[in-house]
Amino acid sequence: MPEATLTLSNLDAHYGDFQALYGLDLELAAGEVVAVIGANGAGKTTLMRSISGLLRNRPDAVRYRGQPIGAMRADQVAALGIALVPEGRQLFPSLSVEENLMIGGKVGRAGPWDLGKVYELFPILEERKAQASTSLSGGQQQMVAIGRALMANPDLILFDEISLGLAPVVIRQIYQALPSIVGEGMTAMIVEQDIAQALAMSSRVFCLMEGRIALEGRTEDVTHDQITAAYFGVEA
Amino acid sequence: MIEWTGAIVQGVLLGGLYALFAAGLSLIFGVMRLVNIAHGDLIILAAYMGLTTTVMLGVHPFLALLIVMPLMAGLGYALQRGVLNQTLGDDILPPLLVTFGLSVIIQNALLEFYTADPRKLPGGAVETASLDLGGITVGVLPLLTFGIAVAVIAGLQFVFYRTSLGRGFRAVSDNQDIAQLMGLNKAHVFGLAMALALAVVAIAGILLGMRTSFDPAIGGGRLIFGFEAVIIGGLGNLWGTLAGGVILGVAQTLGAKIDPGYQILAGHIAFLIVLAVRPNGLFPRVEH
Repeated sequence: MPEATLTLSNLDAHYGDFQALYGLDLELAAGEVVAVIGANGAGKTTLMRSISGLLRNRPDAVRYRGQPIGAMRADQVAALGIALVPEGRQLFPSLSVEENLMIGGKVGRAGPWDLGKVYELFPILEERKAQASTSLSGGQQQMVAIGRALMANPDLILFDEISLGLAPVVIRQIYQALPSIVGEGMTAMIVEQDIAQALAMSSRVFCLMEGRIALEGRTEDVTHDQITAAYFGVEA
Repeated sequence: MIEWTGAIVQGVLLGGLYALFAAGLSLIFGVMRLVNIAHGDLIILAAYMGLTTTVMLGVHPFLALLIVMPLMAGLGYALQRGVLNQTLGDDILPPLLVTFGLSVIIQNALLEFYTADPRKLPGGAVETASLDLGGITVGVLPLLTFGIAVAVIAGLQFVFYRTSLGRGFRAVSDNQDIAQLMGLNKAHVFGLAMALALAVVAIAGILLGMRTSFDPAIGGGRLIFGFEAVIIGGLGNLWGTLAGGVILGVAQTLGAKIDPGYQILAGHIAFLIVLAVRPNGLFPRVEH
């Protein structure tokens, strides 16, 4: 197995007294694309927040290429090459489309992604570059959010619910763009409620339930019944 | 009639100084939602730093800016990183209390070092020089102050909307968590915003000190004028802040024209009218 890009060891996460993740163990190899699925409240977004540094933890609970990053701030994690496409897009309303993309490049990492390449991937954004980001449709906003993360030239990209609230035709469009992103050798973690889309993109799948990993396996090995059981917490 | 026109012109020029008081307040509120109660005292601190610099080095107060501005900016960065960042959060009360405490500390420290005697910065010939604009006599210093205010606000506007630093300010203001994900360390960005605000405070302090005498206790009044200019102009709009300063200045000089005792009151009344009619100010920032 190639060198692990990301290693989670006994990762817990808390919001005050509420525990959202319980002792998660997980490993991602370089260049691997994995799907994380689970019902609402299963802990998927919390997992993304823990990896990206928005939720702090023990240093060794999250390791990136062997380096303990669990206690780092989000900006330090970003500088190491981990980018998050957050749930609900969360663009900066005061910034234009192009400014949103440019701020993604603020970490200053070298790599293939720049404004030109993002516009090549999503040509509509170049037409709308001077517009306020919030004036775009949901799908176009998602393209900005993805482009903004790519501008950081990350080695590991985390997608949190990229299809949430989007029309099916837009979701197809976004998923059509993903292979050209992860084809660049990026390691990716895709959190989705749209299980079929997530599985089609990934080589391994993790199903979270109530903050624990209920199922883990290679995409081609897991059965529909296993996923149903893990997703809903019932015997299929 | 010419006297009233003259009063309006003087008010407009006075508004430039108030806009300088207000610009720093507006900037830090815009970036980090921090209401700095010590803002007025920091203006007075800058005036005293200007005084010490001019006396020690024997330079003109405008030249003293070369020293006072970086010193105030450095103080702003250190203050933000060392103290104020710790007070920021969902609750608006801690920064209010801490900056109120800071205000008391600055006033007492100034009292200790400089005594309560009124002081003034020696501006030299520029203080008394005047121009005759079609029958209205205008002081060169107020004119210069207004020009500097316009330049400062244009400069801040440029920084906010045309530079990478400004993008960072706006991003952090929009969403601190997501800005952090973009590699922006919000503690550092806030520090830079406070540094910039206090650099503007340094300019305001020096111009105030050349225009009028000052003592350690007058910071509170400058804070109120700054607040009023920000609220009249509309929160988050720098050009609106200039307009707010001008409206406040004109109201004060017109009030003083009616009766010298009405000067300050007239400004407060203008502020209250705007607050009653347009609670968001005259030119609030339009959200996209």
